[in-house]
Amino acid sequence: MIYVEDKNLVIPGQILADDEYYPGRGTFKENGKVCSSLIGLVSLRNKKIRVIPLKSKYVPKKGDVVIGKIDDVRFSMWDVDINSPYSGILPAFEVFGRDKKELNKVYDVGDVLFLRVIDVDEVKKAKLGLKGRGLGKFKGGIIVDISPTKVPRLIGKKGSMINMIKNKTNCKIVVGQNGLVSILLKLKRILPV
Amino acid sequence: MSEMIREDGRKYNELRPIKIEAGVLERADGSAYLEVGGNKILVAVYGPRESYIRRLLEPNTGVIRCRYNMAPFSVDDRKRPGPDRRSSEISKITADALRPALMLENYPRSMVDIYIEVIEAEGGTRCAGITAASVALVDAGVPMKDIVVGCAAGKVNDEVVLDLSEVEDKEGQADVPIAIMPRTGEITLLQSDGDLTEEEFQKAIDLAMEGCMQVSELQKEALMKKYSTE
Repeated sequence: MIYVEDKNLVIPGQILADDEYYPGRGTFKENGKVCSSLIGLVSLRNKKIRVIPLKSKYVPKKGDVVIGKIDDVRFSMWDVDINSPYSGILPAFEVFGRDKKELNKVYDVGDVLFLRVIDVDEVKKAKLGLKGRGLGKFKGGIIVDISPTKVPRLIGKKGSMINMIKNKTNCKIVVGQNGLVSILLKLKRILPV
Repeated sequence: MSEMIREDGRKYNELRPIKIEAGVLERADGSAYLEVGGNKILVAVYGPRESYIRRLLEPNTGVIRCRYNMAPFSVDDRKRPGPDRRSSEISKITADALRPALMLENYPRSMVDIYIEVIEAEGGTRCAGITAASVALVDAGVPMKDIVVGCAAGKVNDEVVLDLSEVEDKEGQADVPIAIMPRTGEITLLQSDGDLTEEEFQKAIDLAMEGCMQVSELQKEALMKKYSTE
């Protein structure tokens, strides 16, 4: 027996279905009933029920690309704020290799970077790196904060949504999995008024 | 006897008028505003966020902290600002009442902060604070088993009544505030002040449970109203 339909809005503690359904993300099982643990929308696939949250915090995952702000410069690494309950670190050797350079001459406190999560350790601290296409420091633009759960909706199916926005607005848009979006207007020359 | 009308015209099992609104603050992760009778309460929730107090963090789960504060102008005589014995107690019992409902296993070493500000007080602020705080927690997207709800019952003029007002609390003989998880009916907070017989105590709990169920519906309505447009 199921009590909700696909895409219904549910709240924590709401009973979604009976025993024959499987609890997915955002749900839990208690006394033979599947209940929601979040405020969000129901997603039904076969006999598995999930709740897609409307609001959430980013938890670092290996392989994600994120946008982060340099918080602190330390002896051999940078502390990075990645809009999450867990902080990120960018080790110096990820940037320089074996070379020794002064860290604050390369990236200083307040700089915003596009990074990849290389590894997440047991205390959920994210180790970040810059190896990959398009990764590095942002020069100009603004940062917009959206909920991490809405990132897939912004990107759309195979990037259809994000590509349309990019083309129509003539902006350079970079989306991080952590819910931060960088927007930079592409101007070849100043337009005549 | 149950047809008795109270000082403010309510029946023995009638709540004061309640208004709940979710997501009222821009900068907080979650927030709620609640009015019940003459009470006006604003709650802000921050987190789960990085625990900046190392001694508090738990390696396998998140922790919650709660601060209950009354504004100096919230009562008739000016209240001296800052924490006192009463507000420290309420801060603690509020955190204890909410903790069983939270599912912070996916956010180890994190911290959730709840700030309850009483702007105007008119009896039963601790229950109102718990009610508003759980709405704010849902608004923040914190995973929870259930939405905790608080309500009080008491004894006034030898009669067990629901949801005491300030006058009834001061002149009454007893006050029993409770908080429950409405889906299962589990009690997460139970206090008792004053003298009650065993039957009266049982009656007060039953009455308060009934009140909690009514308030719970209003909590759900407030959340649905806020999010159904998105």
